[in-house]
Amino acid sequence: MDMSMRKETPLPGLLPGVALGRPLALSLAVVALAALAPWLVSAYELNLLARFLAMALLAMGLVLVWGQGGVLSLGQGVFFGLGGYAIAMHMKLAALADGDLPDFMVWSGLDALPWWWVPFKSPLVAILGVVLVPGALAALFSWAVFRRRVGGVYFALITQALALAFATLLISQQPSTGGFNGLTDFQTLMGVELGTPAAAHGLYWLTLALVVGVFVALRALMASRYGLLLRAIRDGENRIRFLGYDPTPFKVVAFTIGAVLAGLAGALFTLHAGVVSPALVGVVPSIEMVIWVAVGGRNSLAGAVAGTLAVNLAKDGVSSAFPDLWLYALGLVFVLVVTLLPGGLAGLVADAGATPWGKRLKSFIVGGSK
Amino acid sequence: MNAMAATAHHIGTTAPASPLLLAVDGVTVDFDGFKALNGFSLTLDRGTLRVLIGPNGAGKSTLCDTIIGRVRATSGRVIFKDQDITHLPEHEIVRRGICRKFQTPGVLPGLSVVDNLMIAARRDRRWWSTFRHGVAAEEKARVAEILETIGLADRAAAPAGQLAHGEKQWLEIGMVVATRADLLLLDEPTAGMGPAETSQTAALIRRLVGQHTVLVIDHDMSFLEQLDARVTVMHQGQFLKEGSVAAIRADADVAAVYLGRTKGDTHG
Repeated sequence: MDMSMRKETPLPGLLPGVALGRPLALSLAVVALAALAPWLVSAYELNLLARFLAMALLAMGLVLVWGQGGVLSLGQGVFFGLGGYAIAMHMKLAALADGDLPDFMVWSGLDALPWWWVPFKSPLVAILGVVLVPGALAALFSWAVFRRRVGGVYFALITQALALAFATLLISQQPSTGGFNGLTDFQTLMGVELGTPAAAHGLYWLTLALVVGVFVALRALMASRYGLLLRAIRDGENRIRFLGYDPTPFKVVAFTIGAVLAGLAGALFTLHAGVVSPALVGVVPSIEMVIWVAVGGRNSLAGAVAGTLAVNLAKDGVSSAFPDLWLYALGLVFVLVVTLLPGGLAGLVADAGATPWGKRLKSFIVGGSK
Repeated sequence: MNAMAATAHHIGTTAPASPLLLAVDGVTVDFDGFKALNGFSLTLDRGTLRVLIGPNGAGKSTLCDTIIGRVRATSGRVIFKDQDITHLPEHEIVRRGICRKFQTPGVLPGLSVVDNLMIAARRDRRWWSTFRHGVAAEEKARVAEILETIGLADRAAAPAGQLAHGEKQWLEIGMVVATRADLLLLDEPTAGMGPAETSQTAALIRRLVGQHTVLVIDHDMSFLEQLDARVTVMHQGQFLKEGSVAAIRADADVAAVYLGRTKGDTHG
């Protein structure tokens, strides 16, 4: 009895199926190919890929928050922006001689650095700030909201309001935030000259390594007992509460991890794009982030990465050819995915895997076991 | 307050090994003027079985909700193991040893049968402990035993949402038992079951008594007869009668409330 149970169902708490073999080999091949990208694609394409991979970190966080936790956040742009601004503030300050102010502050007539800029002079504070500021804000915010048992649509609306407020605040505080234009024109990061091919390659590989690391870590987290309980809370919060668990901290942890990954994504994106601005953090970008994950499949980490790459590649193509059409196209894609493809690309792959040809391919990949 | 505490204390110490597990003490639940419970009291001794009946709206489910903390008492107290649990958070009440089966099956549909039971059987329910790997052998053994008891051993890997209605009911009973709660509240455990399944459920519940204290809410008279327990009858949020199944069946007042007649009418 006990034996058969162990065989049929992976008990919670065991490491996920990192069974060595062909799936691992296949994954390694994909990662290796991605690592060779600097020699395979143009500098422009590499920069695009690097930005999209940075965004994929945020998308994987949404898999945990939305897919596994059932908590729809329409405010991930806030945490993305906090990470982006944290690193951007440091780079603006690092380029200055002591006592000087960033150019936009001078134009706005400021004569002293705002107090909250000062700590970001230190690279360590900036790098810690990239993860700690979004993480702390998310933990406090979500704890306050979840303990009052606010969830579902109401939670989504509150996060959307948060995104709106954050973007508005950034624009209105122009003298200390750079306003609508945001922060741009970065020269160096910790003594490394940005804008050289070597720096671009290094940042690309750093982003790729983080994507791989976060993928593995989140996979393990989702397979752990914590992941099981998070899904259980998603499916029946009251049942879990009346089994003696307090659902609040489980959801707070997921939301906080999602925010930390969004902050990390924002910082890397800022490095790749050379700019961070309110246009990247408001309501529309926050909804776009959810659409990446909806397209990829909200319960699949690989799907979220694929969805982010696919939607953003399409955005790059469509918006350079027909700048006005992109939001219509995105809206259409979202409607189609929600109505026809609730599992996203990952669901499509799973369905294809269930067909006879798919089964044959799968058995080849998995290595012959039924 | 002091007088009530003294009463509870007094009841708790009359026997050397306090047999009293639960005391619902004059509880009123007021929903905007409608008193779902109206000064209701009930005591349960350890290891006993009690059945609660009453017409629709009598307050049976509200009583369970109040014990488990889902609904808060407007006045009165709930004493469990000599401690006042009236105002504790729900998960804290469960951790003290009370678990409830809901009227509509409350299984987790997306999780496998065995995962449903594993979550229920977990002793350490603090969130940070869920990052640790491994499952206690004792918990595994208990889950395996419960799977056998509720007859779902061969469906262990199936998603709970795919079970038949009766199987879901049993799975939820299994989950409630897996928590090792001292007090099990079973709200309509045979809803939607045929006669054979109902008999099996009655046998299952009788086996639980002793190790657990069980409070069952149900309407089905043949089920009550098979349980053969003391019956408490509620009416309009208040205590009406208590006695054996036979005595309750023969009682004119009980018949009156079920048939919707007033006391005077029953003699006419």
